Amino acid sequence: MSSRSSSIVRSVLPPAVFGVAFIAVWELVVKGFNLKPYFLAPPSKIWQKFTENIDLVWGAAKVSGTNALIGLLLGAFLGMAMSFVLSRFRFLNNLITPLAIALNAIPIFVLVAVLNNMFAITSEVPRRIMVTLVVYFIVLVNVAKGLTQVSPTHVELMKSYAASDTQILRKVRIPNAVPYLFTALKISAPASVITAFVSEYFGGSQNGLGSRITSNIANSKNAVAWGYVLGACLLGLTFYVISSLLEGVATPGGRAKRTKEGR
Amino acid sequence: MSAVEITNISKAFNLGSSNQVDALTDINLSIASGEFVSLIGPSGCGKSTLLRLIANLIEPTSGELVVNGKSAKQARLDQDYGMAFQQSGLFEWRTVEKNIELPLELKGWDKAKRQARATEMLELVKLSDFANHYPWQLSGGMQQRVAIARALAVHPSLLLMDEPFGALDEMTREHMQSELLSICRASGTTVVFVTHSIPEAVYLSNRVVVMSPRPGRVTEIVDVSIEGERNDATRDNSAFFKGITSVREALRGVEMSDHVRGIEDR
Amino acid sequence: MTTVMTTKKTSETARRIRRVVLFVVSLLFVAAAWELYKVVGPEAGGKIFGWKLLPRSNNNAMPHVWDMLMRYNRPELRGSDRKIWSVVLAGAWFSFRLALVGFAIGSALGLGLSILMARFKFAERGILPYLVLSQTVPLIALAPLVVSWGGKLSIAGWTWPRWMSAAVLGAFLAFFPVAVGALKGLTSAPSASLELMDSYAASWWQTLRKLRFPAAIPFIVPSLKLAASASVIGVVVAEISTGLKGGIGRLIIEYAREATGDPAKVFTAVFGAAALGLAMSGFVTLADMYMMRNRPKEASA
Repeated sequence: MSSRSSSIVRSVLPPAVFGVAFIAVWELVVKGFNLKPYFLAPPSKIWQKFTENIDLVWGAAKVSGTNALIGLLLGAFLGMAMSFVLSRFRFLNNLITPLAIALNAIPIFVLVAVLNNMFAITSEVPRRIMVTLVVYFIVLVNVAKGLTQVSPTHVELMKSYAASDTQILRKVRIPNAVPYLFTALKISAPASVITAFVSEYFGGSQNGLGSRITSNIANSKNAVAWGYVLGACLLGLTFYVISSLLEGVATPGGRAKRTKEGR
Repeated sequence: MSAVEITNISKAFNLGSSNQVDALTDINLSIASGEFVSLIGPSGCGKSTLLRLIANLIEPTSGELVVNGKSAKQARLDQDYGMAFQQSGLFEWRTVEKNIELPLELKGWDKAKRQARATEMLELVKLSDFANHYPWQLSGGMQQRVAIARALAVHPSLLLMDEPFGALDEMTREHMQSELLSICRASGTTVVFVTHSIPEAVYLSNRVVVMSPRPGRVTEIVDVSIEGERNDATRDNSAFFKGITSVREALRGVEMSDHVRGIEDR
Repeated sequence: MTTVMTTKKTSETARRIRRVVLFVVSLLFVAAAWELYKVVGPEAGGKIFGWKLLPRSNNNAMPHVWDMLMRYNRPELRGSDRKIWSVVLAGAWFSFRLALVGFAIGSALGLGLSILMARFKFAERGILPYLVLSQTVPLIALAPLVVSWGGKLSIAGWTWPRWMSAAVLGAFLAFFPVAVGALKGLTSAPSASLELMDSYAASWWQTLRKLRFPAAIPFIVPSLKLAASASVIGVVVAEISTGLKGGIGRLIIEYAREATGDPAKVFTAVFGAAALGLAMSGFVTLADMYMMRNRPKEASA
């Protein structure tokens, strides 16, 4: 076996083994111990319900996904814009960064309760605003870091060329910040899906995945609910994969930097 | 009885596959008790590999290794040797004293005994005032002294050193060489010392083993006899320069058949 | 030739104080921006490019900051004696304890799994991909399911208490970042140190206790921060899904329902949730400072 194919086998085989074993054990435990459906549904039933309801799941995923996407794009855009302001006015940077870091610790999605009051009850806007807020801070902190934490040697070099601040921005700071932007997007993508999701637990329009899960459980249709959970996981995964691919395209040679605070 | 007896040792990595590397072939070496022996040679000549074989960190492909009259494995289990690397390898979360106590803890010594031995070792390397400092508070030379104290904590009869002074500046390096010699002379320890530096090898050793790569083998063993005690004056001694020349020529002999890399001449 | 570095402890504390002061200032900044919008923004909400985007700025939808703060001192319910601040505090404390339990259990299990993965390479290769994947999918989707076990599930006469679902969810979310971070740390020991332990003929467990685990601490610490906020999220979401009595989540939902009549009320609970998150994060930071007390201080971002 060539070393390349053997290394592929080595990295794919163990997770495949664990995955299959996990599902098999799940199935056997549920069937064998005859577990009540409201506790745990067997994988076979989940898959069955999932494929039966695929249209409904897709519809709900579109609603939640749209909220996440809009928030992601808007939050990223606003975050990037604000980060330029922060890099220009260091005082603002020192003011806002501790706030953003503190917000990491707080479950800010509870603000949806407040946002729901500020808008009509059928509006999806509160959720979109929530996602925008969450993504905004992630992107803001990371891109600001990328714009400000440049190698002093590079800045000294540009100054020796009598470069203006704008030129330094364009030629040093922005290229430096690109990997940070993509790190932020890779974190924001799943965060946007999660936030869109959690926002649905606060009431308001009932068309998204989160609401469907709660209503199905309320009606004791757990296997169906698991199907929506599967849909939610696929949605989150899709967002992450797309953001990873974008990163791969935009930063050839893998210049992605893992920043310390991350979120 | 010799401290280390190496007979027909060979070591090949990735044996049998297309990227097999013959790190060592047919090494024969006998090191007497109390002797200071240096291993020197260009990159890839197998000197670090040989050291690790003696330490029983890797197994030979063929041949026989006797350390302290036992198999290398038994010598390791009995903690018959102490080891020091280029990176001091101190644990940053332990104080200097606790770093020295590490091998003693692993052997199950009780607290009082450990502390007594650690204090003794600190005095030996002249770092008694720094017992409760942390490694990152010390300079590179001081960290290496702690590493040597740790290596000697179990009072081994054999000391294995892999370029321990490689990361230090020239002045600190010369100072450390003198320190090491006085410590080893006092304790009668056998030393096997891997280095890239010809002056260092000649200054420290009784014999210098010159090795060459592809495949790794011993080219020549240079006897460096300098009369009298070795100290700073030795560095101006003509016997010292003679020794350096002999070693350099032995290495050049290597150069005839192979491109020499990574040797310091100064 | 002896150079000894100082521990720079005083400048470290000065930096921390500065951060806290700036945080407070930034809060004032946000309050000012809020009030500014109230002055400038449209009373009945507005449109940007035809989309109903601007929130209403009247006192019902956006109470004055001062009103929100004053609300803490007034009774919770009409005719009741209990002031809101004591209710919110009790709720936040309730949720804090649940989050703490969840955090502790999740972190312990995560650590345990990481040790298993460090010991058996096959386990690492098989399980790690799923752990990494778990960070990208909304695990929170399982919340309603876990929460539904409350009151219904019974094993040998003992019924699953509702609050346990909140703790379990918190533990579940905290587990993953700790498992990933701890594994990274356990495998971070330099090879020279591993060789050193080999030369001492140390067993795997001795090497774990004396080398791998201490070397892992700088990696475990940031993952504990993630775990702390994850457990808070888990607990709050579980409380919202169940309306778990006594928790801050339920208070938020309840007060949100009364928002038309009493707009400032819901903010009191929201701030309570924020305090919960900060308390949890503060607790982990203290633990972090203790664990890293003897390490060299790196310049943080």
